[in-house]
Amino acid sequence: METVECIVVGGGLAGLSAAYGLASAGVEVMVLERGDYSGAKNVTGGRLYVKPIRGFYPELWDEAPFERPVARELVTMMGDGAHTTIEIAADRFTGERPQSYTVLRAKLDQWLAEKVAEKGAMVVPNMKVDELLRKDGRIIGIRAGGDEIGAQVVIVAEGVLRLLSSEAGLTAEPRAKHYALGYKEVIELPAGVIEDRWHLNPGEGAAQLFMGECTKGMLGGAFLYTNKESISLGLVVGMEALRMRRDGTESWQLLDAFKELPQIKPLVAGGTVAEYSAHSIPEGGISQVPKLAGDGYLVAGDTAGLSLNALVTVRGMDFAIASGYYAAEAVKKAKAAGDFSAAGLASYEASLRDSFVLKDLETARAIPGFMENPRLFTHYPKAVSRLLENVYTVNDQPQAGLFKKAWKGAKRDFMNVATFKDAWSMRKI
Amino acid sequence: MPMKIDAKLGLDVFKLDKEPHIVIDTEVCKTVCKDEACLYVCPADLFERDDQGRMTVNWEGCLECGACLICCDHRALTWTYPSGPFGVQYRMS
Repeated sequence: METVECIVVGGGLAGLSAAYGLASAGVEVMVLERGDYSGAKNVTGGRLYVKPIRGFYPELWDEAPFERPVARELVTMMGDGAHTTIEIAADRFTGERPQSYTVLRAKLDQWLAEKVAEKGAMVVPNMKVDELLRKDGRIIGIRAGGDEIGAQVVIVAEGVLRLLSSEAGLTAEPRAKHYALGYKEVIELPAGVIEDRWHLNPGEGAAQLFMGECTKGMLGGAFLYTNKESISLGLVVGMEALRMRRDGTESWQLLDAFKELPQIKPLVAGGTVAEYSAHSIPEGGISQVPKLAGDGYLVAGDTAGLSLNALVTVRGMDFAIASGYYAAEAVKKAKAAGDFSAAGLASYEASLRDSFVLKDLETARAIPGFMENPRLFTHYPKAVSRLLENVYTVNDQPQAGLFKKAWKGAKRDFMNVATFKDAWSMRKI
Repeated sequence: MPMKIDAKLGLDVFKLDKEPHIVIDTEVCKTVCKDEACLYVCPADLFERDDQGRMTVNWEGCLECGACLICCDHRALTWTYPSGPFGVQYRMS
């Protein structure tokens, strides 16, 4: 059996980030990617929070092929025929070092794969790994087609579905309760139109999240990210909610219905749909993070469940890159000590626990449970829009005073035991 | 008029494998399954029942999200990624 020092299963952001760190340190590393190129099988909403990862490989990020720095953040609560949008535009979101950028994965991942190859790693496309090889409880390599390749350590960054790692007993199989389905259209629009529609300075971007009617009250929401010359428009829906639907609505129909809403139509008018894509998303939070390392292996990125939907901020790619970085650091240490056992690789989990990755997931421990509350996606978006619609309404009747209108709405929709309970449960998130 | 789902899939680049990467144990669908989650969750609308009521999947248009696999509680699906150079190849996403 041919052997290399390190095999990375999956050439996405986690795998590539690990390979970059290892190749830079002269470790022999081979990345196996099943797509035609890195990014060919990847989907993001999406936006990358780059602030958390600037310290890792600082030479990379200034030249990365990002789309637009996000200058405007919008969240839209959708009721029956009435939407309320809150918008925050802060100088501090952009400037010299923007905190986040919209991205498209085919471009971003291919670029990173080239950087990894420049550092001397082998990045092999069109190579699907079929099995993680186990011997005496240790991962000793992989099988791809008819070929077996041995490695002192395997970094498993195979993606969200954990097909190989759960088969090998390293992770649990995904369950619907802990996952969401994301799907989107990339819709081409000229840069000037995007900037006019979202009130952006040239080159700047917007990120808009929607909750409520867009998912018919199911856990999840819609998203819209402005790229350079396209927008990514899609939905994220909790799989358990989707699975249990009994009204005949199918996932793909929700996106069509969303696009047809009178409040959304003008945002996409004149656009040309260029691509339709879908991906599963880990949303189980820290309670679903598996054992991160064992004899001869490390688990990184989506495979490790490292993503965080904190309602207004949605993260995953920064965690993937960070986990790849720390995986590389751990492997370098293991190599120096000549010990690729669980003990030799234990610094990986320790570093992640010490970093924002597991700290932020720990802080958000209660969020997955909090989001199971259906009122978040049914009652509140409607109630907020109803209250404000009423405040803004003028008709042929004498109008109640502003305070009275608002108070009436608040009393009806917010002054009740259920809302107090919900507010109380919010203290944990 | 919304774009038809087939037309949307027509925008994507697919490299077709000779063998299906999703195989359905139709006996399980017939005898055990009551919820038919695959019909609701698949974002490409690939699952349907044929004339005899057997569950089928048009795997050629698969976006490889795995939602059907995660949501099938009855283990009726044998699901792998398409091999080698096959399956969807996203150009943007």
